[in-house]
Amino acid sequence: MSRLSSSGPQTADAPTPEDAFHETATLDDRARGPQRGTEADGPMLAADGTPLKKSLARALRAQKLRALALIAPLLIFVLVTFIAPIADMLFRSVENQIVRDTLPRTSAALATWDAESGDLPPDSAFEALYSDLFLAAEARRHTRLGQRLNYENTGMSSLFRGTGRDVDDFGEANVEMLEDLDDRWEEAEFWISMTSGTGGAAVLDAARERFIRLDDLSTRGPLGDAWCGVKGVFGAPCAVSAEDVDLGFTLSGDFAETFPRTAEAYAEFAVFMAIEEEETVADDEPWEAVYVALDRDLRALSPEELAAYDGPEAEALRAAQAALADVPPVDFRAAFVASDEDWGTVEPWRTIRTYAPPYTTGYFLNAVDMQKTPDGPALRDEDERIYGLLFQRTLFMSLMITFSCILLGYPVAWLLANLPMRTANLLMILVLLPFWTSLLVRTSAWKVMLQQQGVINDVLVWLGLVADDGRLIMINNQFGTIVAMTHILLPFMILPLYSVMQTIPPSYMRAAKSLGATPLTAFRRVYFPQTVPGIGAGSILVFILAIGYYITPEIVGGTTGTFISNRIAYHISSSLNWGLAAALGSILLVVVLVLYWAYDKIVGIDNVKLGG
Amino acid sequence: MAETDTQEAFVAFERVQKSYDGETLVVKDLNLAMPRGEFLTMLGPSGSGKTTCLMMLAGFETATHGEIKLGGQPINNIPPHKRGIGMVFQNYALFPHMTVAENLAFPLEVRSLPKSEREEKIRRALDMVQMGEFGGRRPAQLSGGQQQRIALARALVFEPELVLMDEPLGALDKQLREHMQFEITNLAHQLGITVVYVTHDQTEALTMSDRVAVFDDGRIQQLAAPDVLYETPENSFVAQFIGENNTLLGTVKEIRNEYAVVELDDGELIDCKPVNVSQPGERTLVSIRPERVEINAERLQEGAHTLKAEVLEFIYMGDIFRTRLRVAGKDDFIIKTRNAPDQRRLRPGEKIEIGWLPDDCRALDA
Ligand SMILES: Nc1ncnc2c1ncn2[C@@H]1O[C@H](COP(=O)(O)OP(=O)(O)O)[C@@H](O)[C@H]1O
Ligand SMILES: [Mg+2]
Repeated sequence: MSRLSSSGPQTADAPTPEDAFHETATLDDRARGPQRGTEADGPMLAADGTPLKKSLARALRAQKLRALALIAPLLIFVLVTFIAPIADMLFRSVENQIVRDTLPRTSAALATWDAESGDLPPDSAFEALYSDLFLAAEARRHTRLGQRLNYENTGMSSLFRGTGRDVDDFGEANVEMLEDLDDRWEEAEFWISMTSGTGGAAVLDAARERFIRLDDLSTRGPLGDAWCGVKGVFGAPCAVSAEDVDLGFTLSGDFAETFPRTAEAYAEFAVFMAIEEEETVADDEPWEAVYVALDRDLRALSPEELAAYDGPEAEALRAAQAALADVPPVDFRAAFVASDEDWGTVEPWRTIRTYAPPYTTGYFLNAVDMQKTPDGPALRDEDERIYGLLFQRTLFMSLMITFSCILLGYPVAWLLANLPMRTANLLMILVLLPFWTSLLVRTSAWKVMLQQQGVINDVLVWLGLVADDGRLIMINNQFGTIVAMTHILLPFMILPLYSVMQTIPPSYMRAAKSLGATPLTAFRRVYFPQTVPGIGAGSILVFILAIGYYITPEIVGGTTGTFISNRIAYHISSSLNWGLAAALGSILLVVVLVLYWAYDKIVGIDNVKLGG
Repeated sequence: MAETDTQEAFVAFERVQKSYDGETLVVKDLNLAMPRGEFLTMLGPSGSGKTTCLMMLAGFETATHGEIKLGGQPINNIPPHKRGIGMVFQNYALFPHMTVAENLAFPLEVRSLPKSEREEKIRRALDMVQMGEFGGRRPAQLSGGQQQRIALARALVFEPELVLMDEPLGALDKQLREHMQFEITNLAHQLGITVVYVTHDQTEALTMSDRVAVFDDGRIQQLAAPDVLYETPENSFVAQFIGENNTLLGTVKEIRNEYAVVELDDGELIDCKPVNVSQPGERTLVSIRPERVEINAERLQEGAHTLKAEVLEFIYMGDIFRTRLRVAGKDDFIIKTRNAPDQRRLRPGEKIEIGWLPDDCRALDA
């Protein structure tokens, strides 16, 4: 302290020229910042008297518009290819229209049924299921629903497939009764003459809408109409959309009022013929379901009521009513139980009821190893839980990969930033080499390296480090995945690190050493803290890439080294459970966002530097 | 303190050479001895090896050949952090992730000083550079001049005996630079530290230093006090590098007594002081400072040679007049005259005679 202490007091008294103090004063002002001008009252005015802010905004508007026009293509591209799929995924993870679209009447009939009472649903539900299932089976959509419900309750798929096959024969006796009564009942013309007329358009429209939803037919919005108009000008008109297909048939309002079930069933038949078969009702006799519906309608009417009906073929209808009195009404319940005795239990009904709403938490519950039970959501049995473990494993392995990348990448980045240009360029090529090699090739190369008869094991055996019968298992497990993915993601760590290190002049380390720090202290206290933003950027990149990685774990991961993304891919391409895949994807997205948020809180995203 | 014996010198370079690539010598045969407390400036054009010399002294580069001594001890094998040399870098090298106070604390912490002592020293060092209130700021929140002061304080806070500065004022504007030059010399003298200062700005070198070492081509061209350097440059490089200078090419005609007669290329004769010419017939570059040229014939010595000149341009610069002349076929001959009441203001086109004292006109190597 000798010199400083003796000079300290003198410094204060040291002759300082006036401009020195002046200089210090101006420096202070400069550093303190606040400008005097801002304290003035009222807004600043431009030369023409408008507020300065306003005229500035006006001046900048054209510039902003031009900038917007320049980025518009990219903006639209990003919206279409990035935001839209994510939105679609989020929607799919809760979307559950299929039950309601396929079984609309059943869903409605079950709405009032108490699933927990232990009683079977009322007869009306069986009847509703019959009419729903008949149409679905004709359109071959019932298996899709069975598959969907199978995710929630195994056995639903075969139940629907089997009953879909049998449903044609339900009420066979009653149908035959009608057909035997008069041959005309089997003729399409007879049905047309009986049912056609005017005033029943609403029923036809409802049937058409229902069928479009059942068959997932795309409809064309106003934009599509405009497009087709343009195409038409060039002689390439669009195909007629389902909503515009001509049914070649109009329904009588009187008939629909008196025979509502029949009208509905016949309308569905008409829509099906026109849209699916591209024919009309004139080309075929109606479905059995129409006969069954007529049977139900005739039974619901008293003879007096029917006597009052004066529509076409009223005589034939009265004759049919009289004849049908001889056969018992169709017993839907018995027919379903005969087709599959599961229909006599509460389970399938409960499943339909639970998944009837258009939106469901079911996929998400599934994705976190839970299920819906009578007492609300609950964890699945221990041995059925897989996704929690997979998420944990994915996070753990991604962290391991990130750390390995930091450990291996840091020295390389340091060398890149500090070697002479020529050597650094060569090293850079080595770092970038993986980018120029197919991902599949790189991953397969690891397979060759790591397998039990592979290069590494051979070398270890040759060196005598492991016995020939004790070869290490380094592939098809977590180790293999971590090694291969660290290698593949390493450039994403090195590049941001390198670009940050490049901006750190060597004079910092020199300054630290000249101040008395050992090389290690200088590194720890001066160099390393300045590279933290690079580590942050690299870690975020590597971690987020790793957490969603698919190909590499698929190839080298075996069963214990796979990621959640492999499961997602399985549900998308094999089990076709897109809802669950979307739910898993959404959770992954949320996890990443939460981690990103936490990272921002702890490290601060401003501290992340990808370059300069 | 012009000549110092290397034995008792505080800092000494002995026959030091340095090559980075094994092909060219960046520093060729450097010999330098500095006494304790001296303010020595290395001055030279960019690329002349100044920084390299400084880095060798600080220990960041090793000398290819030769020995560097500090306090009489060879330091070639001592790592930089054990040399105890303070250093101010051109870009200041303030640690951006630390506050000003933490920056200053750094050298004290690595020396494990107790906290109270540390704080006391930091406070005093900050006061010393008039930055007492800025301890909590980050370097990025300071202006260039303020960063400069902090860098200075940091280099001094651990009380090194030797401080190296590599173009520390290069990034500052003129006014601030002049002020800091004054402050640095003041501090150095108060603290009694030895300073090796590197600059390519000759005014800075002349105003600040006890001695200036002029570097070119990896060699010290001249090592002398500022006035000596300015008035008696030893070779044409130094003469041209330092200050403004008029040069005329010629051949030595004869060397008589103390003076040489030089025949310029257009046949005119002038008297000069021979500096590094010895033989008649040698080519020589005659150098004369613009302010030593006399346009008033009465003020010249008896029998002095004069030259004819034509005024090409007259520039009024306030305190002085700067006039460009055509002399001996050259269009860039400058003279400077003081703005005194009786001073003539030359007009372009005017024909005059100029002359000088032979002592002011130096015949150097061509
Ligand atoms: N690290 C280095 N590697 C190779 N050449 C260098 C290095 N540092 C400086 N040089 C070369 O050495 C010469 C002198 O450089 P330097 O000492 O920085 O000059 P100055 O500081 O006088 O401008 C220059 O030609 C420069 O190109
Ligand atoms: Mg330099």
